[in-house]
Amino acid sequence: MSVDLILFYVFSVILALAALGVIGVRNSVHAALLLVLCFFTTAALWLLMQAEFLAIALVLVYVGAVMVLFLFVVMMLDINTEQVREGFIRYLPVGIGVAAVMLVEMLLLIGLKGMAFTAPVDPAGSSNTAWLGMALYTRFLLPFEVAALILTVAVIAAVMLTLRKRAGTRYQNPSQQVAVKARDRVRIVKMPSAAKPEATP
Amino acid sequence: MIAMLHDFLLGYGAIGLVVWLVLCILAIAVPVILAVAFYVWWERKVLGWMHVRMGPNSVGPAGLLQTFADVFKLLLKELLVPKKSSRLLFVLAPLLALVPAFAAWAVVPFDDKLVLADVNAGLLYLLAMTSMGVYGIILAGWASNSKYAFLGAMRSAAQVVSYEVAMGLALVGVLICAGSLNLSDIVRAQGGPHGLLDWFWLPLLPLFVIYFVSGVAETNRAPFDMAEGESEIVAGFHVEYSGAPFAVFFLTEYANMILISFLASVLFLGGWLSPFPESWSVLGVPGWWWLFAKAFIFAFFYLWFRAAFPRYRYDQIMRLGWKVFIPIALVWIFVAGCLVYFGVVGQGVSA
Repeated sequence: MSVDLILFYVFSVILALAALGVIGVRNSVHAALLLVLCFFTTAALWLLMQAEFLAIALVLVYVGAVMVLFLFVVMMLDINTEQVREGFIRYLPVGIGVAAVMLVEMLLLIGLKGMAFTAPVDPAGSSNTAWLGMALYTRFLLPFEVAALILTVAVIAAVMLTLRKRAGTRYQNPSQQVAVKARDRVRIVKMPSAAKPEATP
Repeated sequence: MIAMLHDFLLGYGAIGLVVWLVLCILAIAVPVILAVAFYVWWERKVLGWMHVRMGPNSVGPAGLLQTFADVFKLLLKELLVPKKSSRLLFVLAPLLALVPAFAAWAVVPFDDKLVLADVNAGLLYLLAMTSMGVYGIILAGWASNSKYAFLGAMRSAAQVVSYEVAMGLALVGVLICAGSLNLSDIVRAQGGPHGLLDWFWLPLLPLFVIYFVSGVAETNRAPFDMAEGESEIVAGFHVEYSGAPFAVFFLTEYANMILISFLASVLFLGGWLSPFPESWSVLGVPGWWWLFAKAFIFAFFYLWFRAAFPRYRYDQIMRLGWKVFIPIALVWIFVAGCLVYFGVVGQGVSA
């Protein structure tokens, strides 16, 4: 067994255990952290296959940004684990069914021959980051731009759906604050000085 | 001498290679830790002078050993774990913060060919590593089971994620001008006959400012130290930490500051290149000392900011990140593209 193969099995075992943990542990924050471990191990597996751009992008996007926001939300929620657990047993058959269908689909797609461990092909020569950029911006320019457009629309739609003005909230307008002049705040009133009334003896 | 050691260790095959790599890692990590110690001393000195005080002056000559005294004191303190905390995560959090802060140093080039890992996707690796540091802070806040700590963690999470976007966009400008993700190549792309004027800070001036200010925000330093906010939430995410774990958080924060200082020098100020034209005999020679001098200036800026500016309010931080920095960065990426397209800035080394 080569070092690569040993490492592959080590990472695979960690990945499988962490994935089981995500659905198994009681605490939702622990589950989110195990999901982080899943992503990280997947990135390690991809690095093993010399897909360094995908691996680093996975860590950057999913571990660095998506899961941070996910944790942010999960920590704020006070989830009743007991209620969630009741559903776990009830929906287990459905879950297993869905998983089985997905497994069959993947096997059909990849083909059983593809499951054998083979040395990764390296179409890029040295740097697959450069190769990926070349391919995305020449051959696949149109699909790439369409995907970018769809994502932009999705971002704007998400903002529009969640951004609502609630009655009674007070907020500051920085441009108004900056534009303020001294005379808007202080009014200087000229008062004629009157002679001091003479003290009566 | 170093080449001899290299050859000697490689003679022992795989084990020798591992030993060699460990030695290389130590050769970076130990100086970083020592630099943190003296940086803390320097910060207290500079703040003292700016406040018209003395700063530390009792332990060692000019107070130089003050940090070491503090570290030993911290290490000898009792390690307190709050009763209702999540114990495993409470202990794990400082380590999760520390590891990315040191792992990022692997791709920093100190001189031509003097880099631990000459990774092609170096800049992406750096972004990935710096974005992972926030886990330590969030988990510390959550695991402490304290309201102040939790508030600090939430603030930090939102802040770091926001400023990462601005920081990433600023780096895209550098990528466009350099045409490479490799940090050594980025520095080489800044080389030229004019010295100082060939570096990226000039064509990418807005991105340079955005990068460094976002870096200050990413490291949770004043005036963006919302995560700590002594006057509001006591000490924020590490309010429950004592002794050695607190020292680890402290070390992480300063290691990150030094890292950002080095990166700003590498990405925008030409790394190891000399600011003077190559024709000047002694001053024009490139070398690691230039990189260290530039990083020292940025490290000083950190302290200067802390002494000069009051803390931002939370909504002001978010406004600065999303409504000011990101639009400017987006516009300047377009400008950078035009600069490269029309040949104002050279297309780097890999064109």
